[in-house]
Amino acid sequence: MSIPVTTSKTIAIECLRYNPESDTEPRYQTYDVPYTDDMSVLQGLQYIKDHLDGSLTFRWSCRMAICGSCGTMLNGVPALSCESFLRNYWPDGVRVEPLVNFPIVRDLVIDQTDFLHKLDTVKPWLIPREPRVLADGARPQTPAQMDEYYQYSQCINCLLCYAACPQYGLTPGFTGPAALALLHRYNADSRDGGTAERMEVINAEEGVWSCTLVGYCSVVCPKGVDPARAINQNKINSTKDYFAHLLMPRGREVP
Amino acid sequence: MKRSNKPIFWSLFGAGGMLAALVGPMLVLITGLLIPLGLLLPTGTMSYDRMCAFAQNAFGKAALVVVISLFLFHGCHRLYHCLHDVGVHVGPGVKAIFHGFAIAGTVTAIILVGAIGWAG
Amino acid sequence: MTQRTYVRPTAGWWRRNGHYRAYMLREASSVFVTAYALVLLVGLARLAQGRAPFEAWRAALATPWALAFHVVALGFFVCHAWTWFAVMPKTLPFIRMRGRRVPDEALVAAGACAAVAASLLLFLAVWWTRP
Repeated sequence: MSIPVTTSKTIAIECLRYNPESDTEPRYQTYDVPYTDDMSVLQGLQYIKDHLDGSLTFRWSCRMAICGSCGTMLNGVPALSCESFLRNYWPDGVRVEPLVNFPIVRDLVIDQTDFLHKLDTVKPWLIPREPRVLADGARPQTPAQMDEYYQYSQCINCLLCYAACPQYGLTPGFTGPAALALLHRYNADSRDGGTAERMEVINAEEGVWSCTLVGYCSVVCPKGVDPARAINQNKINSTKDYFAHLLMPRGREVP
Repeated sequence: MKRSNKPIFWSLFGAGGMLAALVGPMLVLITGLLIPLGLLLPTGTMSYDRMCAFAQNAFGKAALVVVISLFLFHGCHRLYHCLHDVGVHVGPGVKAIFHGFAIAGTVTAIILVGAIGWAG
Repeated sequence: MTQRTYVRPTAGWWRRNGHYRAYMLREASSVFVTAYALVLLVGLARLAQGRAPFEAWRAALATPWALAFHVVALGFFVCHAWTWFAVMPKTLPFIRMRGRRVPDEALVAAGACAAVAASLLLFLAVWWTRP
């Protein structure tokens, strides 16, 4: 990207650096980046990589808050670097770190393997109530039916909520906000019949019961998913299921 | 994955929390500040004779046990989570201590309202 | 991952921003909910023991320490009530009236009103039966 030669303002971007081949622990490195007030933090990082230090490593893709790749900690707050602007950190500058609660692979890149595994456990796909063929046609939904799950379907898997969630940091076995929100997204979809199959995850300590409603996940979510709500609604469902199981122990799950 | 037993304690936590949210502040205000200071309500509102009469009828007994028990279940459940949140390693033993404390408090309250007897 | 990843410690997480500190304050209210329940339990025990022990407990309630405790407890109970209703909508499924979703703010307001009403009822009940 080109910076107009007339700009004389710079902003300090302090990045966490970690090279697994040579470092035993992370360090910080500050870069003075030419600043215009329309630059995103991502553009700042790209300037560093293109002009100042090609070794700086970070993830990005769409530049428009839909791919979920560019999650970072900006001054300790989980945010997407592509939709965070340097003007909000000018003139003091910004400290850029990889998302907390995840192992650091290199510089600003984290290891997402745990999340991908958690996502698998919630069966994030439509499980039909009975077998269907193409000839059966489309499944219409009323606006009200779609409204039940729509906001939960907006998740871009950016992992800001995992960085926000202290319970995920304290209990790494916790399924976590995004995975549980996606679990609820499918349970709440009128086309889905898989709630019973997903109850095992909900009912476990690693399911909804590790959540203490800190609520910060919903605050940082860039897409308005509100994972806190998805999880805590299911505490009531899990409780109903628990007592149903207690009274009818032959495993008849409450739908 | 193993089914968690949290629902039992969470239900009690929730009931206690709702009760504490609805009447907790006013209870503290009345019993802890207004009556002892004689503000708006005379200090004799909680005299021995009046409290005996209160504790000797069914409503009074129920109110005392319910408030004490649910507040304890709510508080103990949250305190246990507080310890976990600040990084203390809390295993099933610690969990048993906290919830056991609430159960013990409940049993004590029931025994005490029984010991106070009935009016007349 | 074949290379050596770095895991950062979580200790002190709750000091890192205002949301976390507010959460810990809310959770800390449980100290005073428990303590107040114990005050009532002790009072109940003194009541069962007889006139003199109960009157001693009643006198203790009027001491500066007890009054200070109750002022702080009142603050934490109000904090509990406020935060309880603030998060209540998150625990409920979407509620629809006349086809539209009831906004969270309405649910919080309803809860707060219920608390005010319950508190008033309690006060009036004690007021009307005062000696």
